[in-house]
Amino acid sequence: MKKTVWSMCGMCSVRCPIKVEVEDGKVRWIEGNPHILKGSLCAKGSAGVALQKDPERPQQPLIRSGGRGAGKWEPVSWYTALDYVADKIEKIKEKYGAKAIVMSCRGGPWQDLIKAFCFALGSPNFTNHDSACGRNVHHASKSVYGLGRKGFIYDIANAKHLICFGRNLLASLRVAEANQVMDMLDNGGSLTYVDVRQTLTGIKATRFFQVRPGTDYALALGMINEVIKQEAYDKEFVEKYTVGFDKMAEFVEPYTADWAAKECGIKVKKLKDFVNEIGGQRPKVIFHPGWMLSRYKDSFYASRCLHILNVLMGNIETEGGQMFPKTPGDCGVKGLRSFSSNIPKPEEKRADGVGWKYKHFDKGPGLFHLYYEAMSTGEPYPIKGLICYRHDPFSCFPDVAAQKEALDNCELLVSIDTHYSEFGWYSDVILPESMYLERETPIATQKGLKPRFIYRDRAVDPRFNTKPSWEILKMLADRLGFGDLFPFQTAEDMWKWQLEPTGYTIEDFQEKGFVSLTDKPILYDRDNLEGRFKTASGKIEIINETLEDMGIPSFKPYESPKKPPKGRFRLVFGRSPVHAHSHTINNPFLHELLPENSLWINKRIATRLGINEGDWVDVIGDSQIGTIRAHVTEFIHPEAVYTVHGFGRQIPLQSRAYHAGMSDQKLQEGLLLHMDEAGGGLCLCEKFVTVRRSSRNPRRRVEL
Amino acid sequence: MNKYMLYLNAKRCIGCHGCEVHCKANKDLPVGPILCEISHEPLKSVKGVPKTEFLFRSCYHCEDPYCVPICPTGAMKKREDGIVYIDQDLCIGCMACAGACPWNIPQVNPATGKAVKCDYCVDRVDQGLKPACVTKCTTRALKFVVLQEI
Repeated sequence: MKKTVWSMCGMCSVRCPIKVEVEDGKVRWIEGNPHILKGSLCAKGSAGVALQKDPERPQQPLIRSGGRGAGKWEPVSWYTALDYVADKIEKIKEKYGAKAIVMSCRGGPWQDLIKAFCFALGSPNFTNHDSACGRNVHHASKSVYGLGRKGFIYDIANAKHLICFGRNLLASLRVAEANQVMDMLDNGGSLTYVDVRQTLTGIKATRFFQVRPGTDYALALGMINEVIKQEAYDKEFVEKYTVGFDKMAEFVEPYTADWAAKECGIKVKKLKDFVNEIGGQRPKVIFHPGWMLSRYKDSFYASRCLHILNVLMGNIETEGGQMFPKTPGDCGVKGLRSFSSNIPKPEEKRADGVGWKYKHFDKGPGLFHLYYEAMSTGEPYPIKGLICYRHDPFSCFPDVAAQKEALDNCELLVSIDTHYSEFGWYSDVILPESMYLERETPIATQKGLKPRFIYRDRAVDPRFNTKPSWEILKMLADRLGFGDLFPFQTAEDMWKWQLEPTGYTIEDFQEKGFVSLTDKPILYDRDNLEGRFKTASGKIEIINETLEDMGIPSFKPYESPKKPPKGRFRLVFGRSPVHAHSHTINNPFLHELLPENSLWINKRIATRLGINEGDWVDVIGDSQIGTIRAHVTEFIHPEAVYTVHGFGRQIPLQSRAYHAGMSDQKLQEGLLLHMDEAGGGLCLCEKFVTVRRSSRNPRRRVEL
Repeated sequence: MNKYMLYLNAKRCIGCHGCEVHCKANKDLPVGPILCEISHEPLKSVKGVPKTEFLFRSCYHCEDPYCVPICPTGAMKKREDGIVYIDQDLCIGCMACAGACPWNIPQVNPATGKAVKCDYCVDRVDQGLKPACVTKCTTRALKFVVLQEI
């Protein structure tokens, strides 16, 4: 029997809408939803079939029977596992209060369910992975517009110029966005790319600035200076909607194009030509404000400047610029019922200090890494339990050894995940979630020029004894006495409950897999944007007085990044289009394309160190060492070495990924609490490593 | 004369290797055979930007293929419209086709022990659809071209 199922891809966190063809209970075909993506899908998307067939994932609930991380597990039933977890939670609640439990997730459209569970449990400590990802960009955006980093969408296809500071968007693939970039280039648009190395995005660029690592802020300051000098900005827009322009102009005065070019190691003429070009192209110029900018100690300020450059281009709510994503409300439709809507947020202060110790950070998900401090010190109160839903802190946060030391103060570690995560392997209980083709998820809202409701239906039944997250949390809530807050027993019940205020039913989703809330794109009047910016002044705050009052300057004096000592290099990391960080490394199809990572090293340096293409090299942190093959290239800055993030996994049951390649986060020793104080993001590119030709390169073999 | 051709618009190709996996997933192949391949030349600096372009290769569906006459069971066939395909029921996995092919295109499918190669997803073409690699190409860089005599 054949059927078509509407779903959303789960191979990375972009969650592209997909159409799945199923025949006799087997997935035969996956393509991008033709109504949205015209069929397009990336390699990871098609490799979902291989994931579904792969037995190397947790097949039933597991309770640890040996020491943490020893890899000894007792397979148990769902009843036993959930009773065990509920019992442990009750004990922690009794002794330390519910606030001693932290719930973390990966963010995204379904995090409301996790948050609701956390608050219902009585803990304010809901968090996600973002302090090792986009927090700096998010907080920078809030400081300028009063809106988070998803407060704008980019109309790249109609832009004349896109500028990416290390935002490697043709490798960190979002299918719709990649098509927009290619459409823009097809239409004669320009792409300026800034990075310490050449990338898949950079090879499509019309202009490439290879900068010294850690100088993004300098380049952005130099650009602002030159934009002002050449009067290449939208004076009317700046006058009408912003505050603080003059103060900024005064601040950037010493940061001239000549200074920036020298600091970044680029040609000043190229920089001035660039500014001249965008001056003629605005407002159709988009500076991508960055995505994963947990990199340097001034990444918040670098991102802030990129947001401000957008403002100087006057590119807001205009074709080829940044647009406000419209909500169901803009279409005259009531929003979905949210899981947390009838659950009050616990009044206790957060243990990560966000909201009281760190008043300038967004209280939503706080900052995950600061919980490690609370676990180690017991301050402001003890943290004794951590439940991670689809979040693997050992893969995304630095210094795994330091994380383990802090976690050893916890009495309960639970991993809810579709695969074995490194954290899961160290935890006490693994509650296996059904992979995305085997489960339903709550309906989500996708804001945009044409907002929609979208859902993921179950394509095939779970191959193993796994469950969808909504069911796992519901069953746990029942055991903890607040199951009535999640009044549904089946996915259909849940959808009905969510849709009730909207007037739609799940049948409305059958035709296309989503419900479009408007036929025509909705645009606000660009001349009347008052009230759209959620800052204290209601204006775009080039100078943010609220932050200034807390002692956080809107711009900080530039400090040149440290030069690595002789023989050491700055370790930088990034993405490949065939992997989504750590969680696809063991996928049979994707492993076939990129089975291990390599170390990019500058050719001149490599020659000096006697390293040839393909040689094994040892990459040494303080106590950790990784050995991978060298990729010798002239297209990386000599101060940096680069590798693809996500490798070096140590779970024996993942036979393909096991010890394949090197883990950058394990080498990032000492960086766990090293954050950008203004932006809250970690500084993951602030580690110097030693590189040497490995003794593993064979010279002789003397065996028989 | 061949009716079809796969064309890669290298300007739009971003080297994501999606086509390779779309193909494998559609043909239900295990790890091992890869029927189309994206490759590139080493990067070269062009006006200050290190550049390269991607190349796409699958079976060429030769006008006069060596793999067809050498097949001892008649499993390798060329259709009227030029598509060279393998009748899986007839194939005995001797791989004489691979030996005869100047580019070694046919590969062993370890799951069946038989030869497998790009056949432009002939079953899809016959349903009026396009090959998997084209249908799902991430940036719509691959085109399934119907050739016309001029």
